[in-house]
Amino acid sequence: MFHWLEQRPFFFAVALFLTVAFAGFVEIIPDFAKASQPTVGTKPYSVLELAGRQVYIKDSCNACHSQLVRPFKSETDRYGMYSLSGEYAYDRPFLWGSKRTGPDLMRVGNYRTTDWHENHMMAPSEVVPGSIMPAYPHQFTNEADIATAYANANTQKEVFGTPYDQADMPKLGSWDEANAQALDDAKAIAKDMKNQEVKDAVAGGKIPEVVALIAYLNSLK
Amino acid sequence: MQSNAQLEYDYSVVKAFTFATILFGIIGMLVGVIIAFQLAFPELSNLAGEYGTFGRLRPLHTNGVAFGFTLSGIFATWYYVGQRTLKMSLKESKLLMTVAKLHFGLYFLTILLAVVTLAMGFTSSKEYAELEWPLDVLVVVWWVLWGVAMFGMIGMRRERTIYVSTWYYMSSFLAVAMLYLFNNMEVPTFLWSGDAPSSLMHSISMYSGTNDALVQWWYGHNAVAFVFTTPIIGMIYYFLPKESGQNIFSYKLSVLAFWGLMFVYLWAGGHHLVYSTVPDWMQTMGSVMSVVLILPSWGSAINMLLTMKGEWQQLQTSPLIKFMILASTFYMLSTIEGPIQAIKSVNAIAHFTDWIPGHVHDGVLGWVGFMTIASLYHMAPRMFKREIYSKKLMDAQFWIQTVAIILYFTSMWIAGITQGMMWRAYDEYGSLLYSFIDTVTVLQPYYTIRAVGGLLYLIGFFMFAYNMYKTATVGRVLDREPANASPMAV
Repeated sequence: MFHWLEQRPFFFAVALFLTVAFAGFVEIIPDFAKASQPTVGTKPYSVLELAGRQVYIKDSCNACHSQLVRPFKSETDRYGMYSLSGEYAYDRPFLWGSKRTGPDLMRVGNYRTTDWHENHMMAPSEVVPGSIMPAYPHQFTNEADIATAYANANTQKEVFGTPYDQADMPKLGSWDEANAQALDDAKAIAKDMKNQEVKDAVAGGKIPEVVALIAYLNSLK
Repeated sequence: MQSNAQLEYDYSVVKAFTFATILFGIIGMLVGVIIAFQLAFPELSNLAGEYGTFGRLRPLHTNGVAFGFTLSGIFATWYYVGQRTLKMSLKESKLLMTVAKLHFGLYFLTILLAVVTLAMGFTSSKEYAELEWPLDVLVVVWWVLWGVAMFGMIGMRRERTIYVSTWYYMSSFLAVAMLYLFNNMEVPTFLWSGDAPSSLMHSISMYSGTNDALVQWWYGHNAVAFVFTTPIIGMIYYFLPKESGQNIFSYKLSVLAFWGLMFVYLWAGGHHLVYSTVPDWMQTMGSVMSVVLILPSWGSAINMLLTMKGEWQQLQTSPLIKFMILASTFYMLSTIEGPIQAIKSVNAIAHFTDWIPGHVHDGVLGWVGFMTIASLYHMAPRMFKREIYSKKLMDAQFWIQTVAIILYFTSMWIAGITQGMMWRAYDEYGSLLYSFIDTVTVLQPYYTIRAVGGLLYLIGFFMFAYNMYKTATVGRVLDREPANASPMAV
C-alpha cells in the first residue's frame, strides 16, 4: 500500500492530510461550545479596560506574565482561587501566557492598587528591588487607543453576541457615549494617581496608555 | 530515469532563499542574544525606549528565527532537493519558475513587514502567530504559491516514486496550511467600529478564552512539528546519505516513522495545557500521546545514525558529517526531553519555567540550526560550483556552537528546576517559603550563562556566513559536480 501511495502524489497527499487532521477533529470539536460559557457573574470588559488590554498585548506583557492559576496549593496560596474556564468567556484573545518570568496576573486586581501600578510601571526595580522588568515610561505619554477599543467591544457585541447593553451588563452605546464613559472611568483612575502630566492629560480629555492599563489590571480579579 | 548530467538544475531561487536564511538568521539570533542579556542585566532593557523592551523584542526573535531563518532554510532546500529527487528542473517550466520567484519575493517582503509591525507593537498576542491580519493574508498567498510550485514540480517529475524527503516537505505544506488558517481566524475590528476612528490593523480572535487556548496550542505545538521537525527530517533524509555516500539504513523504518509521526504529532498539543481549564481528557491525551511520540521520533533519528554504519570514521574527516550527526543526536535528546516534560507530575514543576525555553533551544539550536547549516554547506559547492572556502573554519564553528548549545540548555535546566521547586516550597509553618522576586534574582547566574551560550552560537553563525560568502566569491572553481563528500579547502 505504501509503495502504491508513494507513486501517486495526489492520493498520498489526501491520506497524509486525513492522518494529520484526525486528532484535531476528535480533540477540538466536542467540547467547543461548552467551554465558552461564562461563569455566573463574569462580565465583559469596559471600553477603557479593553483599551488597557490592548496595551497589555501591544507591549507583550504576556511574554513574561501568565494569567492562569493552576489547581495547586502553592499557586492558590500565592495568587488566589484557581482559574475556571468560564472566567475567560469574554477573552479574545486568551492571555494565559506560557512563561512566568514575572508572577501570574490572573487576580492581580485583588492585591495591587492604582498607586502601586503607577510607581511600578515607571520604575519596577524601585518598587520591587531586584526586579528585572523593563520600565514603561512611554505608557505615561502614549495615548491609549479608545477608538479601537470601542471597535473591539462593538465587534464582540455584533459578531459574537457578547452581552453589552443588557441588564446588569456594561453599557456600550454609540461611539460618542462610549468615549465619554471611558473618559469618566479614566478620571476615576487618575484621581488615585500622582503623576501630574497624567492628571493634566486626563483633565484635558486625553487618556494615557498607563491609565487604561491600570483600569485593566484592576479589573483582573 | 534521466541522469544528473543531462539535467541542468536551476539555483536562482535556491540562492535567494539561502541568502535569506543567513540574513534572517543573523537578525533573529541577534535579537535573541539581546533579550537573553536583558534578563541577566535588566539595565539593558530601556536603551531603545519602547522598541527595546523584552516584550516587543521577544516576538521579533521567535518570528525571526522560526519564519525568517528556518522557513528560508526549508524553502532553499526544498527547491534544491525537490528538483533533484523528482528529476526535473525549474528551467523546464516558465510558469513554475515565475511562481517560485514570486514565492520568494512575497515571502521576503512579509518578513521585512513583520519586523517593522512587531517592533511597533502590532501583535495578535498568540505565540508564533503574532502577525496581524494583513500580514496573515500575505502569508497565505505565498504559502499557496509554495504549494503550487511543489505540486507543479511533482507533476513534472521523471522519477515515478516520491522520495522520503518530499513526503516530509509535503506534510509541512499541508499541515501548516490547515493549522495556520484555523488558528488565525480573526475578525478585523474596524469593520464594526461605528463612527470610531479605529485602527485598520487590529483584529480579535474568532474563539474566546479556553477555546482560543485550545486552538492556539493545537497550532503552536504543531507549528513546531511541521516547521521545526518534519522539513528538517526531510533535509537529513536527503543530505546525510548524499554527503556520506551511504544508503538509508531502512526503508521500512522510514515508512513507519513517517506515518507514525503524522498520526501522533497533532494529539500532543494538549501537553501545553496540562492543569489548565481545558477538559481533563484532552490534557491526558496530550501527555500520553507525547510519550508515544518518542517512537516515530527516535525511529527517524536511529535510521539516520544507522545510515552511518561502518562509516563512522567520516566523523573524523568531515565537519559537515559532524554537524548532521550531532543534529540527529540533539533531535533524540529533544524528543525524549519533551515527553518527559509532558508527564503531568513533571509538567507541574516544569511549566512556566525556563526549562521550557531550554527544551526549545536544544531542539532549535542543535537540531534545526545544525541541520540547516549543514544543508547549506552541502549545497554551496553544487550551486556556486566552487570548493568550500575553509574546513578549519567550519570545524571551529562546529565546536564553538556545540559548546554554546551545552551552555544554553544546561543553564536553563538548572534555572527551570530551581524556579519550579522554589515556587512550591513551604516552610515549617505551612507558609510559602519564597516571595516571587526571590525566584527571579536567584536565576541571575544562569541567565548570564545562557546569554553567553547564545552569543557563542551567534559568533558561530557569523563564521558560517563568512565561510559561505567566501565560498561563493573566492572558493576554488570546480570543474564538475562532486558526487558525495563536499570538497573543502583546508
